[in-house]
Amino acid sequence: MIRIGAVIVLVTVIAAIAAPWVVPYDPASQELWLRLDRPSVAHPFGLDELGRDIFSRVLAGARISLLVGLTVVSISSFVGILLGSVAGYFGGWIDDVISRAIDVLLAFPGILLAIALVAVLGPNLTNVVMALSFIGWVGYARVVRGQVLKARELEFVQAARALGAGTPRILLRHVIPTAMPAVMVQATLGMAGAILAEASLSFLGLGVQPPTPSWGTMLNGGRLHLLDAPHLTIFPGAAIAALVLGFNFLGDGLRDELDPKRYRA
Amino acid sequence: MLKYLLRRLLLTIPVLLGVATLVFALIHLIPGDPAQAMLGEGASPEDITQLRERLGLDRPLLVQYASFLQGLLRGDLGVSLRNDLPVTQQILERMPATAELAFASMTVAVLIALPLGIVAAVWRGTLVDFSAMTLSLVGISVPNFWLGPLLAIVFAVELGWLPVGGRGTLGHLVLPAVTLGAALAAILARMTRASLLEELREPYVLAARAKGVSRTRAVLHHALRNSLIPIVTILGLQFGVVLTGAVITETIFAWPGIGRLLIQSISFRDYPTVQGCVLLIAVTYVGVNLITDLMYGFLDPRIRVDRS
Repeated sequence: MIRIGAVIVLVTVIAAIAAPWVVPYDPASQELWLRLDRPSVAHPFGLDELGRDIFSRVLAGARISLLVGLTVVSISSFVGILLGSVAGYFGGWIDDVISRAIDVLLAFPGILLAIALVAVLGPNLTNVVMALSFIGWVGYARVVRGQVLKARELEFVQAARALGAGTPRILLRHVIPTAMPAVMVQATLGMAGAILAEASLSFLGLGVQPPTPSWGTMLNGGRLHLLDAPHLTIFPGAAIAALVLGFNFLGDGLRDELDPKRYRA
Repeated sequence: MLKYLLRRLLLTIPVLLGVATLVFALIHLIPGDPAQAMLGEGASPEDITQLRERLGLDRPLLVQYASFLQGLLRGDLGVSLRNDLPVTQQILERMPATAELAFASMTVAVLIALPLGIVAAVWRGTLVDFSAMTLSLVGISVPNFWLGPLLAIVFAVELGWLPVGGRGTLGHLVLPAVTLGAALAAILARMTRASLLEELREPYVLAARAKGVSRTRAVLHHALRNSLIPIVTILGLQFGVVLTGAVITETIFAWPGIGRLLIQSISFRDYPTVQGCVLLIAVTYVGVNLITDLMYGFLDPRIRVDRS
């Protein structure tokens, strides 16, 4: 599974990087006289409601999806690792404050809070990234806090403390590295989550705004043509499902690889 | 048990207060003047002042916060800017539709997940297991805003078996319930497999088999019954997936529930209704989690001892 996941992700990454050079048509150029044309040799995924080539737009959309996923995972993991390790290492009131903030954010199911935040901040790519990062760090903080709580009592950490190492050094060199395997799994699954969340928000009209080619926005446009041009819905949706599946395969495989119980058995 | 119950209830209070505070803060996160944002660029200064007074935005922040919390305690979520109806009334009117969809989707999820999880666990490591788990991972990965239209294309447009949207008959419920239940079914199938595999390793299953109990009976009658406790818990905890998914599913199928009300209110910049919907969904989620936690504590005494 991990290999299938890696292949899907790698192919998408290469396609996204190479998109500006390999797209057969400009994703924004319109051929209005060909609008809603079904898939053909010239246009393998057909044309949309404005006569734009869907294949080119799906390729260009991969850039947006990966960009959002990567940015959200980077910000969320940085904040989550920082707050989770501080909460776990210091304990006391610092842990209480961070843990209560985590509890409150976890009280909002899924992307509900992101929907609300984007609704008030305004629908655009920056606000989508901000909103998804605002809810995303919680997962990392919980994982890291749990790992740090265990690690701070370990002998090598106490030895470092006895040798006079400062708190930042202990955290960075000795404690946080013990949480990295779990963070890696979380980040891989987080990519899938962020891509899906961006597409959901864009589908609801709260994410990336037209004419920027986002997969969710393309699906939203396809809703109006479900009866006469289902290809508007089929191809962008298949792209989302494939990439999310790729990251899920990768995350699942990594979790199995890094699970200590696997070796015990 | 009483001590555990009280402790769990007390722990919920700060979470609810935090949720209320965050929902209150939403309106103040609007860039610039919230009243201006709600009325749009062309609004006159008189209208803006009037709306600011009506929403209490001209009062000090702490007074606004206290008034918001007092309103919540009375069940008063304010008045819609779109139709001047109380937000609570609008939400109560839409609640049965969302509850109906949520329960139908959870039923669909259980009906798909249990057989899938059972065959995967019983035939562990075989092609059956691999296929079932791949199918469940596909289920998790397929977005409901894609699955919904695909199902509509096949069953409503091509075959004409089911209506494409709206609410009324049982037929109207099928496509939204399957769309919303698919992701939950996928998660639940994986949990069923994991939970059943743990039980199948227990000595009592081996003892039952040694006494001559058939494999099917040992699985369905002995192991599955015990593995259902974590599955029921997960079903409760995954209720959030259903609530968030309902926002999208209701939008796709024009299902007149709270999720659709939320999205419509966002497009009309009716922020009091947006706040009300978000608050209600979050509080329901906290409530279901609390009930699930208490039930788990009730079913498994080790939990309440551990946590207290």
